Amino acid sequence: MNRNSLRIAAPAAVLALALGLSACGAGNESDGSGSKDDSGTKVSGTLNAGGSSAQEAAVNAWKKEFQTANPDATVNYDPAGSGAGREQFLAGGLAIAGSDAYLDDDELAKAKDLCKGDVVEVPVYVSPIAVIFNLDGVKDLNLSPKTIAGIFAGKITTWDDAAIKADNPDAKLPSDKITPVHRSDDSGTTQNFTDYLSKASEGAWTAEPGQTWPVKGGEAAEGTSGVVAAVTSGKGTIGYADESQAGDLGQAKVKVGDTFNAATPEAAAKVLDTSKAVAGRAATDIAIDIDRTSTEAGVYPIVLASYQIACQAPAKDAALIKAWLTYVASSDGQAAAAAGAGSAPLTAEFGKKVQAAIETIKAS
Amino acid sequence: MTSTQAPAPGRASVRRPGDRIFSGLSLSAGVLILVILAGVAIFLTVQGIPGITAHPDEVKSGKSFLPYVWPLVYGTLIAATIAMVIAVPVAIGVALFISHYAPRKLGQSLGYLIDLLAAVPSVVYGLWGIGFLAPHMVPFYAWLDEHLGFLPFFGPASATGRTILTASIVLAVMILPIMTAICREIFLQTPRLHEEAALALGATRWEMARLAIFPYARSGIVSAAMLGLGRALGETLAVAMVLSVGVGTVTANLIGSDNPSTIAANIALGFAEATGKSVNALIASGLVLFVITFLVNFAARSIVDRRKEFSGAN
Amino acid sequence: MTTTLTPPPVDVSRELYGARLPSWGPQAVLAAGVAGAAVSYAAGANLLQAALIAWVICMGLPLWSVAVEGRRKATDRLVTTLVSSAFVLAMFPLFSILWTVISKGSKVLSTDFFTYSMRNIVGEGGGIYHALVGTLLITGAAAVISIPIGIFAAIYLVEYAEGNRLSRWIRFLVDVMTGIPSIVAGLFAYALFVLFFGEGVRMGVGGSVALSVLMIPILVRSTEEMLKLVPNELREASYALGVPKWRTVAKVVLPTSLAGIVTGITLSIARVIGETAPLLIIVGTTDSVNFNLFDGRMASLPVFAFASQRNPGIPPEFSIDRAWGAALVLLVIVMLLNLIARLVSYFFSPKGER
Repeated sequence: MNRNSLRIAAPAAVLALALGLSACGAGNESDGSGSKDDSGTKVSGTLNAGGSSAQEAAVNAWKKEFQTANPDATVNYDPAGSGAGREQFLAGGLAIAGSDAYLDDDELAKAKDLCKGDVVEVPVYVSPIAVIFNLDGVKDLNLSPKTIAGIFAGKITTWDDAAIKADNPDAKLPSDKITPVHRSDDSGTTQNFTDYLSKASEGAWTAEPGQTWPVKGGEAAEGTSGVVAAVTSGKGTIGYADESQAGDLGQAKVKVGDTFNAATPEAAAKVLDTSKAVAGRAATDIAIDIDRTSTEAGVYPIVLASYQIACQAPAKDAALIKAWLTYVASSDGQAAAAAGAGSAPLTAEFGKKVQAAIETIKAS
Repeated sequence: MTSTQAPAPGRASVRRPGDRIFSGLSLSAGVLILVILAGVAIFLTVQGIPGITAHPDEVKSGKSFLPYVWPLVYGTLIAATIAMVIAVPVAIGVALFISHYAPRKLGQSLGYLIDLLAAVPSVVYGLWGIGFLAPHMVPFYAWLDEHLGFLPFFGPASATGRTILTASIVLAVMILPIMTAICREIFLQTPRLHEEAALALGATRWEMARLAIFPYARSGIVSAAMLGLGRALGETLAVAMVLSVGVGTVTANLIGSDNPSTIAANIALGFAEATGKSVNALIASGLVLFVITFLVNFAARSIVDRRKEFSGAN
Repeated sequence: MTTTLTPPPVDVSRELYGARLPSWGPQAVLAAGVAGAAVSYAAGANLLQAALIAWVICMGLPLWSVAVEGRRKATDRLVTTLVSSAFVLAMFPLFSILWTVISKGSKVLSTDFFTYSMRNIVGEGGGIYHALVGTLLITGAAAVISIPIGIFAAIYLVEYAEGNRLSRWIRFLVDVMTGIPSIVAGLFAYALFVLFFGEGVRMGVGGSVALSVLMIPILVRSTEEMLKLVPNELREASYALGVPKWRTVAKVVLPTSLAGIVTGITLSIARVIGETAPLLIIVGTTDSVNFNLFDGRMASLPVFAFASQRNPGIPPEFSIDRAWGAALVLLVIVMLLNLIARLVSYFFSPKGER
């Protein structure tokens, strides 16, 4: 081969490749101006949201429906984490923040400054957190909050401990060592789980609730998938993870009142109804302190409620933000998230409250 | 190493415009690097200081900065040291094998394969670490615990194998490709005449390597090692996924389930959910890592420079 | 010295080299090692133990050699064994990782996978076109920024600095730069772009800047090493012909070390093309195609793979398969890059080099 001709040919080929690539759009994307049927009230523009990675799968499901219904709208969601999402929202960088925790008082004050008014803060993604375990020969397990706290605090160390036996009088429990697995990354899941332990365990859990796992001992794993993998690969392991990702692992039933309830979406959504709103907040700020000690029938109290936060009078794109949140909180949106991400749909009653808050969004 | 001196003509002869432009360009590129680095350092310092001075109540860890960062420094150094101890000899061995031992065709294709691995995203190394390496290490750790348990390094063994030793091995595998590739290129550049002269004098292949290749390549090997070390110190995601980190743990046990975290992994684990001063504290820990890298490089360079009696190109 | 011209009756090689192991010696030991491993594996040892047994048997070669050939030869054999076993040792994890990526990633490969984005797709289907475009553009721009800076800085260090204080500092700080964690590079790029574009800025070129921070030190380091290896005789010969210095560098020094420089470029690209954390911070992610580096979010393969495996939704298989597919595509890109690099160094290096 002639070397000189190659000198010209090689860059030319690279250039051609680059041009060829840039020439065409993706096979599944229309060119945007698809005016199939403009009878409905369609919104357009780009909505930039970000935050909680727990919401990502649900957001993907919402995006699909929302963007199909509004072909000129694009929703971007950066799953960078709740903290990052709130920080960026407060700095004015995002139209909507997704967050596993509601804004605290400092953040709320900053948000009110930014929005020059109230914020709309609505829980739209509710996910039961299952206590998952992997123990040979045991499929069903009942655990009281106190026992769970004892296990995760490292006080109950074998599966045939008297406390576990008391919860499971009929089960045959081996004398294997218990290896508790917790999240090594800071997460809303850990926050909600430790909050549950500290409130419901009748004093067996002494550490402060928080996003960082507070006590020594046990195994740590990164992310929901890490915990599930560690519990699956270990023996006599127990951990906590979103119910939708638990797969084939055993899930403990948790004692509520006098019964043991399974982690189902219905039971998870129900606990929101019985929980109280945080005091001293505006009507549009539906921040909930989940009632961990509820004794009502059919309730599952270990629940992660993740919020979407926006200004009540956004500086721009108010219609788009309102349309998005309205869809997300609607029964259609909640059903889409349940199908795509395994979340718990809001109950009709709670959904109405949320819709009322979203209804107040208007252009500034 | 500052061994290569440009010869006199460039300075003594008339400076042509081309020369002036060219040397200006290269000088400004060098200065630009300093500017970038200064930018990173200023950014780290400005953002980090509020984290260092923050009151324990203002950050999530609930500790003041030194007690917070010390276990992380410890973990970072341990993990990087073990990774280097494993990877450097292996990388040199592999590079030597490819450049001087293996048949040429085979060596080239193997080198090619190793280059590929430099591109595997860290998340894949992480998944490989949890899914493949850690379970396979469990019996080995149990054996260590049983037979060498009297040593402080081999305390109670982890049941899942996700220990700092496993994380170090993953790190070693991650830094292997880049170190091997650079060492290989340098070994291949050894002047043929030097090698043949050594062989002609009756040297065995190893003696040839020691007399002709290594002195020629020493500076390059150190550079390769430093690149690897940089990655080992700064790797976030893979360590975060593989390691079972404890809460502020400092332990000599390399195979337990309660492990010290590393600075970079701690940033990855905490950053997503951090707000306010906690963010500053994480960035301040990044500044500490920066300082560590600075010191380690400083030490390595001064050791190498002290014995630069042999200079490569001259 | 013999006084007669008739050849001596003894075997010359024996005279010259002394006693040697038979030429089939190493192969025989290796075969014994493999056999030993196979037997012990069959007898119930695990893979690790079997490999260890094979290795111990192979270490018999230097012992045999020390008995027959003497210490110098034995040392040589020992090093050969060690170097080869280092190689085999390194191949284990490397093959294991490659195999994992290829076997898990090849499942999803299809035309749609390369031509579809993820816009409006949940569950099965969809593709990585948007992420592929993003990765190529962002990494390409990072290369465009880094390669000139890196190579010129290396030229400065080797050809112009003459060992002055500035060059020592640059060299040292470049090493320090290699230890910047990738997430810090991302934060730095974000802080920089916020200065110009305000909060919430997301653009592809920001990611390129972050990647450049990671890429430049690798480039400078590897290029510098390669330039240093160019024999001074070549430079002097060029000067002696009256060629100006800059032309000497451009026409003699750079082409001579081209193969090594190109390898360094490929390596540095390979190093950053799989970065996740900095891109997540400054580039964000989207599920649609975006060709504009200077406006808005772009998807990229590593971020896509990371997010897909972390938050797969239900059922998780489809998303996780796509994550592996994206990782495999990353590998293939780097493979192609390597191929191009080799062609470049093959055709552009001066004759006599590779």
